[in-house]
Amino acid sequence: MKRFVYINDESYQNDYCDNRISNTKYTLLNFLPKNLWEQFRRFMNQYFLLIACLQLWSLITPVNPASTWGPLIFIFAVSATKEAWDDYNRYISDKQANEKEVWIVKNGTRKHIQAQDIRVGNIVWIRENEEVPCDLVLIGTSDSQGICHVETAALDGEIDLKTRVIPSTCVGLDCEQLHKIKGVIECPNPDKDIRRLDANIRLFPPFIDNDICPLTISNTLLQSCYLRNTEWACGVAVYTGNETKLGMSRGVPEPKLTAMDAMIDKLTGAIFLFQIAVVLVLGSAGNVWKDTEARKQWYVKYDDDEPWYQICVIPLRFELLCSIMIPISIKVSLDFVKSLYAKFIDWDEEMYDHETDTPAHAANTAISEDLGQVEYILTDKTGTLTENKMIFRRCCIGGTFYGNESGDALRDVELLNAVANSSPHVIKFLTVMTLCNTVIPIKSSSGAILYKAQSQDEDALVNAASNLHMVLVNKNGNNAEIHFNGRVVQYEILDILEFTSDRKRMSVVVLDCESGKIFLLSKGADEAIIPCAYSGQRIKTFVDAVDKYAQLGLRTLCLGWRELETEEYLEWSRSFKEANSALVDREWKVAEVCQKLEHSLEILGVSAIEDRLQVGVPETIEILRQSGINFWMLTGDKQSTAIQIALLCNLISSEPKGQLLYINGRTEDEVVRSLERVLLTMRITTSEPKELAFVVDGCALEIILSRYNEAFTELAVLSKTAICCRVTPSQKAQLVKLLKSCDYRTLAIGDGGNDVRMIQQADIGVGISGREGLQAARAADYSIGKFRFLKRLILVHGRYSYNRTAFLSQYSFYKSLLICFIQILFSFLSGIAGTSLFNSVSLMAYNVFYTSIPVLTTVLDKDLSEKTVMQNPEILLYCQAGRLLNPSTFAGWFGRSLYHALVVFLITIHAYANEKSEMEELSMVALSGSICLQAFVVTLEMNSLTFVQFLAIWGNFMAFYIINFFISSIPSAGMYTIMFRLCRQLTYWVTLLLISGVGMGPVLALKYFRYTYKPSAINILQKAERSFGPMYTLVNLESQLRSDMENTNISFSTTPVKNKASVYEPLLSDSPISSRRTLAASSFDIFQPAQSRNTSSYPRNIKAN
Amino acid sequence: MNGQAAGSSSGGSGDGGAAPRRNTRKPKYSKFTQQELPACKPILTPKWVISVFVLVGVIFVPIGLVSLMASRKVVEIVDRYDDACVPPNTTDKLAYIQNPTISKNCTRTLTVPKDMDAPIFVYYQLDNFYQNHRRYVKSRSDTQLRDASKANDTSTCDPESVANGTAIVPCGLIAWSTFNDTYGFVHNSKNLTVDKKDISWKSDREHKFGSDVFPKNFQKGPLIGGKTLDPNIPLSQQEDLIVWMRTAALPTFRKLYGRIHTDLKKGDSITVALENNYNTYSFSGKKKLVLSTSTWLGGKNDFLGLAYLTVGGLCFFLAFAFTLLYLIKPRKLGDNNYLSWNRNPAGR
Repeated sequence: MKRFVYINDESYQNDYCDNRISNTKYTLLNFLPKNLWEQFRRFMNQYFLLIACLQLWSLITPVNPASTWGPLIFIFAVSATKEAWDDYNRYISDKQANEKEVWIVKNGTRKHIQAQDIRVGNIVWIRENEEVPCDLVLIGTSDSQGICHVETAALDGEIDLKTRVIPSTCVGLDCEQLHKIKGVIECPNPDKDIRRLDANIRLFPPFIDNDICPLTISNTLLQSCYLRNTEWACGVAVYTGNETKLGMSRGVPEPKLTAMDAMIDKLTGAIFLFQIAVVLVLGSAGNVWKDTEARKQWYVKYDDDEPWYQICVIPLRFELLCSIMIPISIKVSLDFVKSLYAKFIDWDEEMYDHETDTPAHAANTAISEDLGQVEYILTDKTGTLTENKMIFRRCCIGGTFYGNESGDALRDVELLNAVANSSPHVIKFLTVMTLCNTVIPIKSSSGAILYKAQSQDEDALVNAASNLHMVLVNKNGNNAEIHFNGRVVQYEILDILEFTSDRKRMSVVVLDCESGKIFLLSKGADEAIIPCAYSGQRIKTFVDAVDKYAQLGLRTLCLGWRELETEEYLEWSRSFKEANSALVDREWKVAEVCQKLEHSLEILGVSAIEDRLQVGVPETIEILRQSGINFWMLTGDKQSTAIQIALLCNLISSEPKGQLLYINGRTEDEVVRSLERVLLTMRITTSEPKELAFVVDGCALEIILSRYNEAFTELAVLSKTAICCRVTPSQKAQLVKLLKSCDYRTLAIGDGGNDVRMIQQADIGVGISGREGLQAARAADYSIGKFRFLKRLILVHGRYSYNRTAFLSQYSFYKSLLICFIQILFSFLSGIAGTSLFNSVSLMAYNVFYTSIPVLTTVLDKDLSEKTVMQNPEILLYCQAGRLLNPSTFAGWFGRSLYHALVVFLITIHAYANEKSEMEELSMVALSGSICLQAFVVTLEMNSLTFVQFLAIWGNFMAFYIINFFISSIPSAGMYTIMFRLCRQLTYWVTLLLISGVGMGPVLALKYFRYTYKPSAINILQKAERSFGPMYTLVNLESQLRSDMENTNISFSTTPVKNKASVYEPLLSDSPISSRRTLAASSFDIFQPAQSRNTSSYPRNIKAN
Repeated sequence: MNGQAAGSSSGGSGDGGAAPRRNTRKPKYSKFTQQELPACKPILTPKWVISVFVLVGVIFVPIGLVSLMASRKVVEIVDRYDDACVPPNTTDKLAYIQNPTISKNCTRTLTVPKDMDAPIFVYYQLDNFYQNHRRYVKSRSDTQLRDASKANDTSTCDPESVANGTAIVPCGLIAWSTFNDTYGFVHNSKNLTVDKKDISWKSDREHKFGSDVFPKNFQKGPLIGGKTLDPNIPLSQQEDLIVWMRTAALPTFRKLYGRIHTDLKKGDSITVALENNYNTYSFSGKKKLVLSTSTWLGGKNDFLGLAYLTVGGLCFFLAFAFTLLYLIKPRKLGDNNYLSWNRNPAGR
């Protein structure tokens, strides 16, 4: 469980790994088997492999095995090459890191070795600005106080400098001694927690006595950090190679699957079943026909006694004939378009943030379609909705309010006067503001003092204090120097009682060097500080102040202090040290000890910090809510602040229009009662035009999530808006999980480390690359610079991606089914024996070239202009509800392919009857007919045609002829001269024209009819776009998409639907649920892929069952 | 002192942290990357759709008429003889056709319904004959047919690849079952010569069937299929075989037998002396003799003409119906009020 690291001890052989970093997935030897194994884990690939293997049996194969092996190998090669390339790049960067030269101590002298040769226990020296090669325990620095600064950006994305100190036992060792140092470090086995190290160090004589000294994370230099502002540092390697904190936290995130992929998989499954059915029916029909008819046909010469397996020969032949029903090209096509969608996001100028110079970035290239199907957005507050640029605005010191009139306490004359007069309350307040933090002041070359702070609040407080003439000038190790009104005050910081999200407060113990008095300075959330007030203090003013500030949407912090008796401190200090060196449950023990000191505080006052809303947040939320997306705000902030922000950014409406329902309570009973009450109100008021939102805090949520999950799920389903305050990161993730379990598509957006878990949990994680570092942006699937880009990400990119993939995937099935139906029809005229009409080359090229390339240009298709979408965000419903890809639209495409197959086949066999019925010719006529129809279908289904599309569609048509002319000029090919022969026949062209006319006429007529007389909202907007240009008349946006249904379903108006009045009704009524859940219920409406049936009037809580 | 040593000792490799920053990370503008390529957005307006249908009708109807006229111009004589050529009192037709000792000669008389201009094509037509059967269509060896040195390349020819231990040339079911009825024509008590040259594709003669490949070991098996070939004539000149081996895709097909270069007048009667050798009785297939003239469309085939006329007519009908619908129930283009979420007032 533990490891003992003997410092610089050559004789002690440990078997820990060396410092070779390896991020590669494969080695040269295992690449092929491992990669193949991974690829074959996909069902589709297994299927294709099975088909390809069956084709090797020449008795049953209708075509040359190459027609499957070719594409299969091509597709595998593409994926494998991509993997190999990525892995090679990883290998190169690993190699660079591994071969970096570092200094270690060996046999008492310093030596230059490669980073990969560092062993656990070695002493490693690092210069300023060098990268730390492995996890080190600091034992010496150039600084006399034993501190050094590191930048941990590569580890957690935080850009501020962090202070690291050497353990107390090592203080004062000079370089010579460091070369000879011996000792043992007791530390836990490697883990991935970068915020925690519970270890001990004990140096061997002659250095210090056998004192055990605790080690924490602040005594370490972790791999991949950079040493800054410190000349040199040295440390003992404790974790190396892939066992470092960074190496352990490196994991392959689970690939996310979009709703669309899931739907495509389902449809593939359905097609597979259909295929099996066809095979069984035709196979047995073929066997019957063979026994009754074919045996009479002497020229086929069937043997009378044949081997047992003959019975399955015909079914297997049909299996192979029908195998093309599942298009082999769909995976490659989808991968291609998806990576283009991602590129479009990266390239988008309108999502580029000038202020911070950050473009949008899609880290996950596979899930763009999901953006268009988002139903719930769970958003963090601080830094996501707000700017996270904290400004000290108001304060209440000892009962006096400052900054109330001007809204800026720093310019409040009264406060300035109080400062000038050195009012004791104010001075105490300012002292806490200045000292109770972990800010590091850095003197810039110009003499100005810059503060590096981990928390924006602390930054705001220190800056405000310095504006009020209490300037933190220097913090050197444990000594802090403060200038106040020209006076220099020295403090020694004795202990820091750190902030944790459980404690919600932090304290420092300082020694006033002048008076020798010891003080405890605390700051924290009101509910964490006010209960600690000494008995008898009048706390009402502070509670009022907190309420008042919170209502203004300000962040409040309570400040308090207490003078400590020396004995009390010393006693406490011992137990604190003990707790700090505990190896087990250290955090809990420390918190326990801290609690012992933080009591009987004198509450000094309340500070109020403003965090402004980002530009465009209310508009973005408004638009996204119109488009039917539900918003939940999850914040660690207090309830009233959260509600205030929610009001400001349109998340909830104020009283007459909206209503807030609170779920609170301390005990389980209270919580349950309030939950039931809220639920009841929700159920009743769903018929009123009122916006309901519920508010729950972390405490109640804890109880609810652990015990009343079902009731809460129902509530979650009923409510469109929710505010959850005081929630912990894990609760955020739990809420996401809960919504996901109700089958909703969730998007989580956040900016800080506390949002990472929720971002990773959600279907789509969006990170804002903000001030709290890049941690969230790194974990996220998409990173954007500002919250307002979210609407473009969803409404433009998500929506287009969804539409395009919907078309592409269904079209892929359509074209494969088309050719397959022709084969099936032909089998009825060829004695159900499984003859292929088309030759191998045509079959292979059909899927890979002729039909794949034109449809790829669908990535440029735009059904509506971006502006129209932004003006009518309700249109997103079509994507959310999955209207463009569901079993019924798929049935439309299925029907179309059947119809087109009939057209092509019947016309071909009649036009090429009698003396013209030569096999090769007839097959080429049918193939040309199919290709021709494909070109027309793609043209007709595209909503906007750029020259690229024209080029691809009709260029591809030309390429078809060129390829076939080429093949026709090879004498040994089966179709030698065929294409030249056909092109010289007038009949051929006349037949083609007829096929196009008959094939496309009804499609066009039906499309036009639907378009004009039963238009979908998209069609209407398309027409509006055409007739008015961009629409300036802003339409009345009371969204009632439900009426779509009323057109088709008159009885609807009489059906009592509870949720009728709520604004987001459309989502509820013809919800995606119905289409998603009832896969089987697919009406067969041919030619109508763009519209789904509007029969469902499911109330929303259908998911709750 | 010591600090200095540490500072100066490690060479210039230590500045990995200062990554060079570009001036801006703003994406470069181009019409493609911003998805702003100029595009035409076709909208299905009534005007557009109706004119498309009218246009299609206008194109299709004349084509239909021309095709139909061409097809009607073709004069065709079809004579089914499989039943008629069996002696009337034969009960077992199969036994009859399989008995090699019985003479299979048969005489048919045809009347010319209309003037027929030379060249007149002579076809034989088989019904219910599955040349496209999976087992049949694959049973051939193209390499063997082309190349004399590949005579033993018969792996694809099963079950007709080897006879008496040696390879068959040409092997396979198709060659084995070559049609072997023969026709002779007498017109006005003069023999009509049937030109059997060039009835096959030129490309087949030149590239698919070798001029140095001679039939070998053919029809020597226990079962005799169809035609026997003269082992002294190379395959490239065995045109009946070449024609037969261009397999038909449909169970009813015609294959060219020869051409007659004599004009025939209306009412002329032709006597056909035929040898009824080929067995279609076992699977109740029909055999027909066809004499036909030809046009640009090929033989007689009303299908294209009729189909074109029907489609053209339907297009006109649709155009008319859409116009009517448009006049009766006009829809203003792009009226936002049709948007469902605009139609219903709030608070219902």
